[in-house]
Amino acid sequence: MKDKNILSVQNLTMHYRTRKGDVSAVDDVSFDLARGQSLGLVGESGCGKTSIAFSLLRLLPENAQLLSGNVYLDGCDVLALDEKEVRKIRWRGISMVFQAAMNALDPVYRVGDQIIEALQTHFRGLSEAEARERVRELFPLVGLDPGLMDRYPHEFSGGMRQRAIIAMALSCEPRVIIADEPTTALDVIVQDRILGELRAIQQKMDMSMIYITHDIAVIAEVSDRIGVMYAGRMAELASAVDVFEKPLHPYTHALMNAFPSIEGEKQELKALPGEPPDLLSPPSGCRFHPRCSRTIEKCMGLQPPFEEMGAGHFVACWNPLEVGNG
Amino acid sequence: MGENSTLVNVVGLEKRFPVSAGVFGRLRGHIHAVDEISFEIPSGRSLGLVGESGCGKTTTGKLLARLLDPTDGHIYLNDEELGKIDLAEIRGQELKTFRRRVQIIFQDPYESLNPRRTIYDTVEEPLRVQGIGGMAEREARVVKLLELVGLTPASSFLFRFPHELSGGQRQRVAIARALVVNPVFVIADEPTSMLDVSIRIGVMQLMTELAERLNVSYLYITHDLAVARYMCQEIAVMYLGKIVEQGETEEMIRHPQHPYTRALFSAVPVPNPRRNRIAIEIKGGVPTPIDPPQRCRFYDRCLSGDDFCLNNDHPPLDDKGAGHRVACYKV
Repeated sequence: MKDKNILSVQNLTMHYRTRKGDVSAVDDVSFDLARGQSLGLVGESGCGKTSIAFSLLRLLPENAQLLSGNVYLDGCDVLALDEKEVRKIRWRGISMVFQAAMNALDPVYRVGDQIIEALQTHFRGLSEAEARERVRELFPLVGLDPGLMDRYPHEFSGGMRQRAIIAMALSCEPRVIIADEPTTALDVIVQDRILGELRAIQQKMDMSMIYITHDIAVIAEVSDRIGVMYAGRMAELASAVDVFEKPLHPYTHALMNAFPSIEGEKQELKALPGEPPDLLSPPSGCRFHPRCSRTIEKCMGLQPPFEEMGAGHFVACWNPLEVGNG
Repeated sequence: MGENSTLVNVVGLEKRFPVSAGVFGRLRGHIHAVDEISFEIPSGRSLGLVGESGCGKTTTGKLLARLLDPTDGHIYLNDEELGKIDLAEIRGQELKTFRRRVQIIFQDPYESLNPRRTIYDTVEEPLRVQGIGGMAEREARVVKLLELVGLTPASSFLFRFPHELSGGQRQRVAIARALVVNPVFVIADEPTSMLDVSIRIGVMQLMTELAERLNVSYLYITHDLAVARYMCQEIAVMYLGKIVEQGETEEMIRHPQHPYTRALFSAVPVPNPRRNRIAIEIKGGVPTPIDPPQRCRFYDRCLSGDDFCLNNDHPPLDDKGAGHRVACYKV
C-alpha cells in the first residue's frame, strides 16, 4: 500500500561551520508533504527555508553538516544514499526551481537543447527526436510557444526564461518540485501568470510541491498547507486557512499583522519589535522569545516542543494564542 | 505654507536615452524613458509612483533629484527658503543649495552607504558639504537625527561602520542622512523592498511619522502597490514612460479605471487563502520604449482599444471627476 505522504522530513538539524563558529541554520524541523499537495514554507531571510530545500536535494555546500534527522522520499531515506544514488533522485525524484533561476540558462546553447540534455542524462536510451517531442509538449504547459525551443536565452524575456526553467524542472516528471522564490524577480503581472500556470500544472499532473517564499500573499494563494519558519525552526504548520485565520504562534500572528494588502479596508499595520537573531548564538529556549509579546518564564529556558494542537495544526509555543484570538 | 499649496509641479518632463548599434555606434533611436509627464505634489502630501520594471519610475526619481538632466520639461519647486525655482534649469552653486531642500533615499542600504565611513561621518557629511553649523552644532544635529530614526542611544551607533548594522538599521541611517539637512521633498526609491517583513513595517511607519513631524513630502517609488497604499495619499501609475492614471489612493485601489491599472491591480496577490482572485487579462508583455508610435502606448496590449485609439495620439491625462485622472479614450 502506498503511503499518503510522498515526503516526510523528521527532526532535521543542520549547521554551517564558519570561522566564527557553528550557525544553527535548521533546528529539529519536521513536516510531511502529502501526494498532490502544495506546502508553502514562509519566513524571513536566514530562517532556514532554503537550507531545508538544499538538504532535501543533498545540494549542501561543503561547510554544511547534517547533524541529525531523516528525509524519506516515497519511503526511501534520502540522507542515507551515496552520491551516485542521490543523483538519480535529483530531477526524477525531487527537482527544484531556484531563486533567479532564469539566469541559470547557459547563454550559448539553445533553450530547447538544454532541456533535451537534461532529459537524455536522466533517461538513457531516449532518442533526440523523442526528447524534442517531449519538450514540444512541455512548452505549452508553461505558457511558451513550442516554436521558441530553438531560440537562445538572450532572446527570451525574464518571465520566459523562468518558464523555460520550470519546463526543465518538469521534464523528468519528478515526484516533488521545490520552487524557491520562483517569481521574486519578476513583475506582478508576469508573476501572476506563472503562479497560475504552476497551480494548473500541479492539479493536472497531481504533483506535490513545496513553495518557498518570504511573500505571505503569494504563499496564501498557492499553498494547501503552510509552514511558518523562524530562526531555523518551524514555528507553526497548518492548513493555509488555519494559519491565516487561527494562528496559534505569536510570530505567525505578528507576521499577518505586518503585511500590507490592497484588499479590503486599510488595516492598521503593527511593527514587530527587534530583529531576527544571529544564529551563531541563537537565544535560549524559544528563539522568538526576545521579540514576543506573550513571553512567560518558561520560554526563556526551554525550547517548546513542536506539537499538534488541533487536527493537523502544529505549533511550537509555550503560551500560544487562544483559538479564535487570531 | 498652507495644506493645499503645490510643493512640486512637474510639467512636460521628458528623458530620452540614445540607443546605438553596430561597431560604429550608429544611432538606432531613442529610449523614451520618461515621456512628457506632468504631475503635482501638494505640500505635506506624498505621491506613490508605481509601475513595472522599465516603466520609467526610477528615471523620473533621478530627474527630480537632478541625478540626471532632463531632455525637456520643467520641475518647479515652491520652497519657502528658495522661492519658486525650476529644478530643470539650475546649475552649479544653485544645484548645491537645492540639495539642501531635495534629497533621495535608495533601495539598497548595503550599497548606498560608504563602508569605510562611520555612521557619524555618513550622517554628518551633507551638513559639512552644505556648510551648515559648526562642529558642535553638527554633532548635536546628527545625534538628534539618529534618535529620531530610532537608533538609540545614538552614542552606541555614532562610531560604528555600516557592516556592523542590520539592513533595517542601515536603511534608518540612510533616512537620517537624507533628513539631516531639513529637506522639504524626499525621493524614496523602493526604500523598503530589500527589508524583511518584520523590519519593513517599522521603517515604513518611521517614514510616515517623520513626514508628518518634519512636514516632508515624498515621491515614493515602488513596484509594490500595497506598500504605496500605506505610504501615500496619492498614487500615479506609469506605463512605458507615461503616467496613465493618477488619483487619491483609496479611490485608485477601489476603482482603477485605466485598462492597464485594472490589470496591474488585479494581478497583485492577496494574503487571504479563501479569496479566489480573478486577474484581468491583457495581451503580451511590456515592449521596449524605443521610439514608440504616437498612438496610445498601451494600445498593443489593450483589450478595449479600437480604431480611434489606433489613429489618434496617446490620450491626455484627463480628469474624470474628483481629481481622478486617466489617460484613456475609452473611460
